[in-house]
Amino acid sequence: MAVKKFVVGLFDDEAVLFPAVKKVRTAGYKLHDVYTPFPVHGLDHAMGLRETSLHTAGFIYGITGTTTALSFMSWVFNVDWPLNIGGKPHFPLPAFIPITFELTVLFAAVGMVYTFCYLCQLMPFVKKHIFHPRQTDDKFVMVIEVTEKTNAEEVKSFLAAAGAQDINEQKAEAGWWFGRWDKDDEPYLRKIQTTNA
Amino acid sequence: MHLKYESTLREPLVDGVKDYHQVTEDIISPIEGKPGTLWYVGFFISLALLGFGAFSVFWQIYFGVGVWNLNKTIGWGWDITNFVWWVGIGHAGTLISAILLLFRQGWRTGVNRAAEAMTIFAVMCAGQFPIIHMGRVWMAFFILPYPNTRGPVWVNFNSPLLWDVFAISTYFTVSLLFWYSGLLPDFASVRDRAKTKLRKLLYGIAAFGWTGSTKHWQRHEALSLVLAGLATPLVLSVHTIVSFDFATSVIPGWHTTIFPPYFVAGAIFSGFAMVQTLLIITRKILKLEEYITLGHMEAMNKVIVLTGSVVGCAYLTELFMAWYGANPYEFATFFKYRAAGPLGWSYWIMMTCNVITPQVFWFRKMRRSVAVTFVMSIIVNIGMWFERFVIICTSLYRDYLPSSWSYYRPSWPEVGFYMGTFGLFFTCYFLFAKYFPVIALAEIKSILKTSGENFKEKMVVYEEESAEKFAHDVAHAH
Repeated sequence: MAVKKFVVGLFDDEAVLFPAVKKVRTAGYKLHDVYTPFPVHGLDHAMGLRETSLHTAGFIYGITGTTTALSFMSWVFNVDWPLNIGGKPHFPLPAFIPITFELTVLFAAVGMVYTFCYLCQLMPFVKKHIFHPRQTDDKFVMVIEVTEKTNAEEVKSFLAAAGAQDINEQKAEAGWWFGRWDKDDEPYLRKIQTTNA
Repeated sequence: MHLKYESTLREPLVDGVKDYHQVTEDIISPIEGKPGTLWYVGFFISLALLGFGAFSVFWQIYFGVGVWNLNKTIGWGWDITNFVWWVGIGHAGTLISAILLLFRQGWRTGVNRAAEAMTIFAVMCAGQFPIIHMGRVWMAFFILPYPNTRGPVWVNFNSPLLWDVFAISTYFTVSLLFWYSGLLPDFASVRDRAKTKLRKLLYGIAAFGWTGSTKHWQRHEALSLVLAGLATPLVLSVHTIVSFDFATSVIPGWHTTIFPPYFVAGAIFSGFAMVQTLLIITRKILKLEEYITLGHMEAMNKVIVLTGSVVGCAYLTELFMAWYGANPYEFATFFKYRAAGPLGWSYWIMMTCNVITPQVFWFRKMRRSVAVTFVMSIIVNIGMWFERFVIICTSLYRDYLPSSWSYYRPSWPEVGFYMGTFGLFFTCYFLFAKYFPVIALAEIKSILKTSGENFKEKMVVYEEESAEKFAHDVAHAH
């Protein structure tokens, strides 16, 4: 990813945040993200994000589990080692249901969680820039990207008018990197240090 | 006629006038401080129990399964009783977090985190019993269908014991994923306010780099909802499959179709009782009375009296069918050797604890009394332990061949093993209560505006105005 410049504004209340998001979008600024301490319902729609397809992925994983279980058990009982168990049929569908169900759930759940972590880049030792330490506590942090077409000062006064507080400009890595959270080691800072040395 | 607008909100779910930051302070500050003396005392007692349990298990593995008092007639005793008991306890967590999420029950947010943790620890305890019961535990992997050099001879997919392997391991995995995905944002809250380097490092690892991005929250919500949808039938299936261990056999007293719903109701019954036991202590020690309110306890007590009555109906149905079914073996099991006979006392302990005493919860005063709830929660779990003991042992100790009739009492390694699982359970719970956010922070914050006491106060104005004025204002809202 890349190092970018951002204008950051803090909001105290989601009731102020919603109109501000709307204003930013109509004004045409590039809304990088809004960080909230809890899921704010409808904020994704206000920001114009598309619906997530995670459900569909979950369905596909589930179906995979169903077919895996059914085909594996049938293969074992009919093809690989057709054992006569008390004269019972080799394809006892009712007896296969419990395991089939469990594997459906298992595949869907594990698959979805992995997909979720992959899509959101979540993993131990993954680091991302935190724009404000209280974005996971009680503040709603709106981050607007400063492109070559944006006037940072104008964005600042715009945010102030929309009700934001503690407005500041930050230069930060927009993506993720591997690192320890007790160390201040944004990749671009590392680069600066090596060129200075 | 004078109608009044009634707020849909009956009782605040969070007491006290709080803002978001106050919630964070209340829930995270116990993690940042030093644990109290009580915590250390409890933790070391649990560790001692765990140590004794480990010794008992070592003894059993070293000398073989013969150190247990099981015999040819009674092949399942305390071990399987304890297995079913712990699995049952493990049901409340997922029920609270999944089924109540689907039913949009706001009160779940105060108790779901601790209940899910309890589920995971209870399933960890449960899983050990069947494995240690195998005797040669180093062969435990034989239960997995893997390509082997014995043919390959596969496992028997028709066997309910194998279904159990799949059910319990799936249940554990899914509960763990559900719990941990909910914990990610809360770990991030701890990380971002951490003052010490070590805490920043450890919670940084645990939070997986969560930032609270809106897109991530959107996916997180979708994930929670689908996991809840998956966990709901799962939680019902797990105890259904546990009941199949008995119901698919031809032993009188086990061979009944009533078992799956009866076991599931019993599981929820005992699970909620255990949640009450733990939360009453937790809210007291961590001073969380404003988050885990009397309202929460009352709601859970209602579930307890409902499921307790379902279980009571099942007991009576069993007795009725034992007589009406006109099967002499079935009749003998229930009326000669279960409700009477050498082990009859256990049946009456079960009846008293599970059916009679929970009826106090029909009274609102009792439902909202902390002391009554605490005592009842323990009585219910004693009763539910005896239910499993009764089902297993009273069906086995008088079998088809009178010459093999026997009696059963546990040996010390069996008791020690059971105590050891208590040690494990409480060791895990103490660590959880100290180092994890015991209440789902983000979820509490998301209901604070609609269900907090501050909001309730604002609603008083609307409640006092007439219905006509309220309807008028709504119709002409600008």
